[in-house]
Amino acid sequence: MGKFNMIARLALIGACLLSTQSFAAGGAATEHANIDPGNIASLQRGARNFMNYCSGCHSAQYVRFSTIGKHLELSDEQLVENLMFNAQKTFETIKVAMPAEDSARWFGKTPPDLSLMARAKGADYVYSFLKGFYVEEGSPTGVNNTVLAGTSMPHVLWELQGFNKAKFAEHSETNAKGDTTTSVVFEGFEPLTEGSLSAEEYDEFVRDTVNFLSYIAEPMRAERRTLGVWVLIFLSIFLILAIALKKEFWRDVH
Amino acid sequence: MANIEAEVGTSGKGLMKWINDRFPLTKTMEKHVTKYYAAKNFNVWYVFGVLAFVVLFLQLFTGIFLTMNYKPASADAFASVEYIMRDVEWGWLIRYMHSTGASFFFIVVYLHMFRAMLYGSYKKPRELIWLIGMLIFFVLMAEAFAGYLLPWGQMSYWGAQVIISLFGAIPVVGDGLVEIIRGDYSISDITLNRFFALHVIALPLALIGLVFVHIVALHEVGSNNPDGIEIKKNKGPDGVPVDGVAFHPYHTTKDLVAIIVFLMIFSSVVFFAPEMGGYFLEHANFEPANLSATPEHIAPVWYFTPFYAILRAVPDKLLGFILFGLSVVLPVFLPWLDKARVRSIRYRGWIYKTALSLFVVTFLTLGWLGTQPATEAYVLMARVFSVLYFLFFLLMPWYTSIDKTKPVPERVVYHG
Repeated sequence: MGKFNMIARLALIGACLLSTQSFAAGGAATEHANIDPGNIASLQRGARNFMNYCSGCHSAQYVRFSTIGKHLELSDEQLVENLMFNAQKTFETIKVAMPAEDSARWFGKTPPDLSLMARAKGADYVYSFLKGFYVEEGSPTGVNNTVLAGTSMPHVLWELQGFNKAKFAEHSETNAKGDTTTSVVFEGFEPLTEGSLSAEEYDEFVRDTVNFLSYIAEPMRAERRTLGVWVLIFLSIFLILAIALKKEFWRDVH
Repeated sequence: MANIEAEVGTSGKGLMKWINDRFPLTKTMEKHVTKYYAAKNFNVWYVFGVLAFVVLFLQLFTGIFLTMNYKPASADAFASVEYIMRDVEWGWLIRYMHSTGASFFFIVVYLHMFRAMLYGSYKKPRELIWLIGMLIFFVLMAEAFAGYLLPWGQMSYWGAQVIISLFGAIPVVGDGLVEIIRGDYSISDITLNRFFALHVIALPLALIGLVFVHIVALHEVGSNNPDGIEIKKNKGPDGVPVDGVAFHPYHTTKDLVAIIVFLMIFSSVVFFAPEMGGYFLEHANFEPANLSATPEHIAPVWYFTPFYAILRAVPDKLLGFILFGLSVVLPVFLPWLDKARVRSIRYRGWIYKTALSLFVVTFLTLGWLGTQPATEAYVLMARVFSVLYFLFFLLMPWYTSIDKTKPVPERVVYHG
């Protein structure tokens, strides 16, 4: 037991050391998204948020409405009425109406497909990104982002969140050789204009959206965990029989 | 008149006689299964050969079903993998088994090779088994490397880019060789197609053939054991080694237990952690290959990282490539580098025990370093451990010949 405790502690220390590397290019640490993949209501709200605020520019080209319906307990009628704005059949995937060449010209970069974004970047990253917009004079979109500096994405959710100002502080460090390096450290946001949601409501809004993005990145996650439990139960029973069989045969080996 | 049946004379009757008169079925079964005697004192290190066989089977089986739905074209490959994950019935399970199987193949094979180092299994008369085994290892590396390009994710693309370009360091023929491997001036649809051909036909065929001769060679000389004793030297009146038990039913029932325990560990990964924290499925590989965006940090999959760390530790490109190649190939010579008079670690002296322990630490540390960004401190560490890696092999003739060994017992140590 003591040995396992030590291993657990070492693993924890390792995790803490690794987590210091999650500081993104923008300089700010990512915030924990704290999503609940088992919360169907949250996923449904996330689907609504995604279709209303994201799907105008972003596709999720591997995700079928029918799959969402099955996992999020939505009927075909509910799908058609609430989510399928430019799709006809429920087996269709989430496509974007905007031609990629045009959007590349308009934004400088075609908005990426979001099917796997939460899996490639992690839920915390997406959560912090959606909360990380701040006003910056001279930027083409009028904003910048603490997580992804220089992003070509405008602050789409400004009506909900309002605009923030970012506070930065200069941080100087002198090493043993006497060289001084100055780095700009992000210190926090300061609200500039109010949005229609309070800060807590906006966090919930983003959390639901990220929960949905995380779900579409691996729609079979819940299924594989459930099946995994049964597989392990089966193998455990099989193991007992196999051990008994082995003992029986090896009884006469001396 | 002579009876035709009596002319071809194997014993028995019925279908078995009919077959045995035409094919050595009973003879083969006896030679390789029911009358193949292996030592009764096999410990847990002796399960990894069978487990490697199990993983090979799993990879072939899942691979066939993946091939039914995968599209080897740069425009479709990434999407077809997602199609398998989302729309093909049980596709996600087959794919996770295959991706997890790749990593487990190396875990099992590395442990299998370490077993040979622990108990001197490569020593006379088993040198050829070891050589064939090393060939299997090389083919497996090629197989894994070719397979990793197929999902056509960012890491697939850039990992292949980095590794293939290494061959460009070879003087004179380097650039031409790189073009032959890629089939193009950069990694492209053509590269993907030929890697697919290698991954699903050429290399698996080679693998199966080599595994077959690996086992034929093993059954010719017989399995080693944790004491490193030849059990054939001590036979009973029936001609059966007194310390041996038949492969079937003794080792088969024992192996069955090992296989189930293995499947439980394997399933835990497949069902609960298929990405294994980004080590089995790298996060960046969930983004499709983007030729104009190099990922911040390119690292090969974990099973290549010990050798990759050695490559990065050398500042010169050509010398790095040579040492990288040498680090992979050096174990081939173990049967001749190891001068000890005993096989098993149990009867070796402290020098070899220390050297082997150091080697394990070195290999694991290099593996970890290979996954990390090449910072100054890490490169320095990689250099130190690279030197240790090579010293283990190059000094072996010397330290194994001066190491004091203990007397080897007549019979295997077995506590029934």
